[in-house]
Amino acid sequence: MADRSAFADEAMQFAQSLYSTALRMTRNSADAQDLVQETYLKAYRSFATFDEGTNLRAWLFRILTNTFINNYRAKQRRPQETELNDVENLFLYRRLPQLSQLSASAEDQLMDMFAGSEVREALENLPESFLMPVLLSDVEQFSYKEIAEILEIPIGTVMSRLHRGRKALQEALYKYAMSRHLVSPPALADISQSTETSTT
Amino acid sequence: MADCNETIKDLEQFLDSELATEKLANLTVHLDGCVDCQQAFEFHAELRLIVRQAVHHEPLPKSLIDRIKECFGTDLTDDLNTP
Repeated sequence: MADRSAFADEAMQFAQSLYSTALRMTRNSADAQDLVQETYLKAYRSFATFDEGTNLRAWLFRILTNTFINNYRAKQRRPQETELNDVENLFLYRRLPQLSQLSASAEDQLMDMFAGSEVREALENLPESFLMPVLLSDVEQFSYKEIAEILEIPIGTVMSRLHRGRKALQEALYKYAMSRHLVSPPALADISQSTETSTT
Repeated sequence: MADCNETIKDLEQFLDSELATEKLANLTVHLDGCVDCQQAFEFHAELRLIVRQAVHHEPLPKSLIDRIKECFGTDLTDDLNTP
């Protein structure tokens, strides 16, 4: 990058993504705004160490997550990984029978079923070690390799946290659907049957 | 050709665009002929869209844009020791 003003212009376009991510991590707008401002300040100050050719967006997210962990994490209360059940694959899908025969847009049906606020709450209640990979992958669409670099963890760990985090998210969403009587608890026999996926 | 169990096992990596070429070819062949797996894949792709939309819900506050621009205007002469 040629100069600081070019850097500023380019970095600015990621502000919305950084703020949205910061909101889910800090759970409030005041902290999220402070966190994003701090991220930009650090990025601007360490501009000299930024290698041209490095992925600027990934670099900013790395500063964001490091800053969060160092300065904001203590304020957060989230469940630990060990407090979560490990549910099976396709947990939510198998429990929303009306969706499994979908012909209309699954997106519309899911939108009707889950309010945005519920999805946000379900995310915010994930253990932090799951929340970060899920946000970086499902929302920001970073690759496993990029997420590994941002969070400074091995790729295998990224994959297993994504897997478990997504299942935990589905379980949380299912609880919302249950509490609003959108689905009834399936009989246990049905569940065990439907998880035995037939082979072709 | 992959079966349903293998296909569902690879669902996440497929949706993450991280599936190795060989596995991807196997999975695509199965998926083309299996409505059950197609629906499961569609569901999870849409679920991600819902998550994405929910997260990008709040607009960037104008005050934050101003604060970021302020950062870019700061005098950096004192910051040479910053790692």
